[in-house]
Amino acid sequence: MRLPSQAEQHLAPPGLRLENLSLTYAGVLIFEALNLTLEARQFSVLLGPSGVGKTSLLRIIAGLEAPASGQVTASDGAPLAGRIAYMAQQDLLLPWASARGNVMLGDKLRGKRPDRAKADDLLAQVGLRARARALPAQLSGGERQRVALARTLYEDRPVVLMDEPFSALDAITRARIQDLAARLLAGRTVFLITHDPLEACRLGHSLAVLAGSPAVLAPPITVPGHPPRPADDESLLHLQGELLRRLAGTIPA
Amino acid sequence: MISRFLITLAVFVGLWGALTALAPIPAYMLPTPQAVANALWTQRADLAANTLVTLTEILLGLGLGTLLGAGAALCIAAAPFLQRWLMPLLVISQAIPVFALAPLLVLWLGFGMASKVALAVLIIFFPVTANCLDGLRRTEPGWLDLAHTMNARHLRILFQLRLPAALPAFASGLRVATAIAPIGAVLGEWVGASSGLGYVMINANARIQTPLMFAALVILALLAIGLYMLVDRALRRILYWVPER
Repeated sequence: MRLPSQAEQHLAPPGLRLENLSLTYAGVLIFEALNLTLEARQFSVLLGPSGVGKTSLLRIIAGLEAPASGQVTASDGAPLAGRIAYMAQQDLLLPWASARGNVMLGDKLRGKRPDRAKADDLLAQVGLRARARALPAQLSGGERQRVALARTLYEDRPVVLMDEPFSALDAITRARIQDLAARLLAGRTVFLITHDPLEACRLGHSLAVLAGSPAVLAPPITVPGHPPRPADDESLLHLQGELLRRLAGTIPA
Repeated sequence: MISRFLITLAVFVGLWGALTALAPIPAYMLPTPQAVANALWTQRADLAANTLVTLTEILLGLGLGTLLGAGAALCIAAAPFLQRWLMPLLVISQAIPVFALAPLLVLWLGFGMASKVALAVLIIFFPVTANCLDGLRRTEPGWLDLAHTMNARHLRILFQLRLPAALPAFASGLRVATAIAPIGAVLGEWVGASSGLGYVMINANARIQTPLMFAALVILALLAIGLYMLVDRALRRILYWVPER
């Protein structure tokens, strides 16, 4: 029997286990004993109102913040560091670099030779090949997020974390970039955070709701079918209503 | 910009002319614009030679002071423990009046250009360092997070993210430095020199050649304005991504 090489192990998307995570912020308990399993190669969505600690949870998984207790492990047992790409709420494009330069940022920061062909190919996939030389200031909000998506794909990491990356976009633009993200990120282990029930229903293989203070995680819901689901699908609309009710129930009127 | 500057200049000269014509001010205290223009023309060769000296001192001081200031800021940003050692020195360099140091520097470095350049560097150093450091510290935290998840190298973050992000702040420092660099050069020439616009002024003053003194002042003012406009324009071109305010 041949063991998988280190490179193969590095590329096969693992599942993630969040075990017993707790976080306090300025003496206030944000969440406690949080457990969640993210299936390999699936879109897992975490839904919750603002300020519930969603972003902190994502930052803990990304290794940007340390939890008060608990741990995050990969299902294959290998360390997570270097296997995660992170897409934040803001596009975080560098204003002095072109769209192409922004896509290749990772290699420049690692001191590697940037791969122009790969960057241009990714820009083509997000529909911005013709805008490769444009500065971020010359792009619309949707275009900027598409560049950020291309930058995330350039990293080619098996695990992708997304923190409400589409929340600032208008409804049409958001629906388009959701389709794009679902298509281009398929096969990776994706953890998406959102406060938009429709987005959660369209993109998630499974949904979990985080709400309350300290925040509690409701048992995840598995959504039938494959993302991106059409926004007018009847069962999706039903689920969306259900999620809205759950979210509303957790917030005092 | 140029036309607005010329209009301001014309109004200023007009008021000045009216003041000398109408008020009983002796010519040795406030010469007429004509007398100053006359001094500018008749002494043009001498003034030009001295202007060149002062300009050279200003440019050398500006270049050296900017390099040292930006270098110090980069060192501090790359190795934060340096700040505890360097910052007191920087503050002391500002707390001691340059006027008090000028005679000492002339004594040490001589009547030539070196003492004037050193004074200009002393004046420029702090605003450049402080602004540059401020810019280097205020990198968008999201970029640093992103760099962290990309396994970026420490020095790469400094040169690819923090340095370009600090350039607008550095530009503010350089603008201030450009505006105050002439102070250092002229101050040095007052204390001890054998050429330069400051030397012309102090000599003319002693001999009550007030029109010549004013002529040197006019040249110095034009020099400062011209230099500032040039630097400002260059900075705007270099910082193409910074929105115009």
